Amino acid sequence: MFDLEMTEDQRLVRETVASFARDEIRPISRDCDESGHIPPALADKGFDLGLIHSAIPEDVGGYGEMRSAVTGAIVTEELGWGDLSIALHLLAPRLLAYPVIDAGTPEQKARLLPAFTKRFHASAAAVVEPRFDFDTLSFATTAKKSGASWVIDGAKCFVPLAADAETLLVFAQTEAGPDAFLVDRGTPGLTIGEREKNMGLKGLATYEVELKKVAVPAAARLGGEAGSDVGKIFDRSRIAVAGLAVGLARGAYEYAREYAKDRTAFGVAIAQKQAIAFILAEMAIEIDATRLLLWEAAWALDRGEDATRQTVLAKRYAATMALKVTDNAVQVLGGHGYIRDHPVELWLRNARGFTAIDGLAIV
Amino acid sequence: MIEFELSNKIKGARDMVHMVAEQMMRPISREYDEREHEKPWEFMKSLWSVSGSSNFGDDKATESTGPRESNLSSCVTIEELSWGDAGLYLSIPNAGLGGAAVLAAGTPEQKKRFLGRFKEGEPKWGAMAITEPHCGSDSAALQTTAVREGDQWVLNGTKIYCTSGLMAAEKSDGFVVVWATVDKAAGRSGIKSFVVEAHTPGMTVVKCENKMGIRASDTAVIVFENCRIPLDNILGTADVQKSTEGFKGAMATFDATRPLVAASALGIGRAAIEFTQSALEESGVKIRYGINAAKQTVIERDFMDMESDLHAARLLTWRAAWMMDRGQRNSLEASMAKAKAGLAVTRVTQKAVEILGPLGYSRKLLLEKWMRDAKINDIFEGTQQINMLIVARRILGYSSKQLS
Repeated sequence: MFDLEMTEDQRLVRETVASFARDEIRPISRDCDESGHIPPALADKGFDLGLIHSAIPEDVGGYGEMRSAVTGAIVTEELGWGDLSIALHLLAPRLLAYPVIDAGTPEQKARLLPAFTKRFHASAAAVVEPRFDFDTLSFATTAKKSGASWVIDGAKCFVPLAADAETLLVFAQTEAGPDAFLVDRGTPGLTIGEREKNMGLKGLATYEVELKKVAVPAAARLGGEAGSDVGKIFDRSRIAVAGLAVGLARGAYEYAREYAKDRTAFGVAIAQKQAIAFILAEMAIEIDATRLLLWEAAWALDRGEDATRQTVLAKRYAATMALKVTDNAVQVLGGHGYIRDHPVELWLRNARGFTAIDGLAIV
Repeated sequence: MIEFELSNKIKGARDMVHMVAEQMMRPISREYDEREHEKPWEFMKSLWSVSGSSNFGDDKATESTGPRESNLSSCVTIEELSWGDAGLYLSIPNAGLGGAAVLAAGTPEQKKRFLGRFKEGEPKWGAMAITEPHCGSDSAALQTTAVREGDQWVLNGTKIYCTSGLMAAEKSDGFVVVWATVDKAAGRSGIKSFVVEAHTPGMTVVKCENKMGIRASDTAVIVFENCRIPLDNILGTADVQKSTEGFKGAMATFDATRPLVAASALGIGRAAIEFTQSALEESGVKIRYGINAAKQTVIERDFMDMESDLHAARLLTWRAAWMMDRGQRNSLEASMAKAKAGLAVTRVTQKAVEILGPLGYSRKLLLEKWMRDAKINDIFEGTQQINMLIVARRILGYSSKQLS
């Protein structure tokens, strides 16, 4: 039956993450953007929320909780409200941990997952490629079978935390289609490049990664002989990205709304002018609409349905919405919106990144 | 628990109504668009007989058992009927918006007296008369008067844009709910609603409008000239209180009706989207989801925009109805849904005509009609702008004085 009421657990999770976002993330958001650095202490506090290990099976040291894409959407919305760079930093370990939980062999789980249950454990996935037609259905990076090994060639970018990661999950095209491989640091041919300089998401450390004839054993393929359903990983990633977008947009909307009620012009609050009030109304409508699209797609995923179409539609709607809402937030603040004393310009720069962070599977 | 599956009861109703839409509405859709002002009597009579006491298409007048989901259920079935034909949907005999007003503000005796008739006899219509030639969105400025004379109210004034007004006032034993002021000096507090029985002397339909779309539905101009009605035909109290509670109560009717209007918009939009998709597929164009944006065609992107825009409106609509069913105040959500749905269906149908070119523009097919039908959803039951204004006031916590 149609119902939009969160469960008691979901409400509790949301409140916990929302307070964390308000009390721990927001106060350092601007600093992280300016310095390009996220304090390790914050990552450890984020770890204590159970963002990573709650979904890790009990036999390898986690809580073994059922993962729900709907709950994931609720959590990412709150983190995205806090700060997008910090949210992605805190969630980056999921890029490796979740695919291993979902598709890893018992050996892969036993080897890789325990590290995620102790403290914040940097790890990452190399998904995005430095090309305009980058496509998760057809990677330009290739993996070819050579005897008992796989040989990977290609270039990746926007790989978060790559410099600190012990293992990278590298997505590459085999003859059969897209696939994923666990590549340990130090493997010959693997080069972690310079830290990237991006327009937004400046707090998040991302890197270019080069793979030149990187040979890994057959057991390094995610899921071993069976491989993995990469499409499913990206269905989930879209939910996460859309959730972050809703949270980011909501933050910008709330900020612009309060500013417009405070700021006076022509003797009244600017929010009392329809030109401003209608912008705010549209923001509110579109944020709610996006959340519902996203929840529905997440709900379909949780039921085990093929939800690619729904996740694609929700994600692109969310990315467009977030850009428009943050741009309008800057517009509502006018000149003040352009000045770095206010956070809205940061949110606009971050929102533009949703096109770049496609393929980060963190829900 | 967050869930998007409709109940089996609603799905059953949806499937049944879909058959009606497909088999009884689509085949005559063009005919009654071209022959404006002629009445699809056969269709109306069969809908009256199949709907019977369930009064479907607008089941607000019925008491439901089990979990309350009558508003959501109405939204789902109205989407199907409008998928069939939005004009024909509006012409279906039922208590309509007039019935919604009686239900919202009437006494138990009035509900029985005015709504009981929709369960029996010949087809009947209920209508609502608010707008006047000089005032639409600003309904507090209306000038139709109701003056008490002995044991009667005497109504004088002109009402326009009265949906099914002809059917309710003259062609059936229905009624028209009329908004009128009992005290012009009192402003909003003086505005009350009155039920005028069909065929009451002094109530005359002087014209039915010629419209861009929804031509199967009559849009009446009704003149009230010394129209006398019983005292107890007033909905709510006759007192002109200091507060504007009465007016607010009347406006609260819109909380229930706006999601229903939004649902009608969804049906038209879905018809256009389905038609576009099948026309594209016939030409070998398939929408590819999940590929890189650089590889998508403009048509694919436009189509995805249409789909998600309309579905976003659908979910906002369902949310507003779901809240109503739970007895929650939903003015904000109802206006959000109406604003979004009106805009979405307008955009979606216009884009569909654009994509399909001659197929979209030709009167041989129905798409151009859907585009014309769609536009009304951005206008009636609160224009796009009025609904945005309501949303803005609610999110900002402003009164109508603070944000006008």
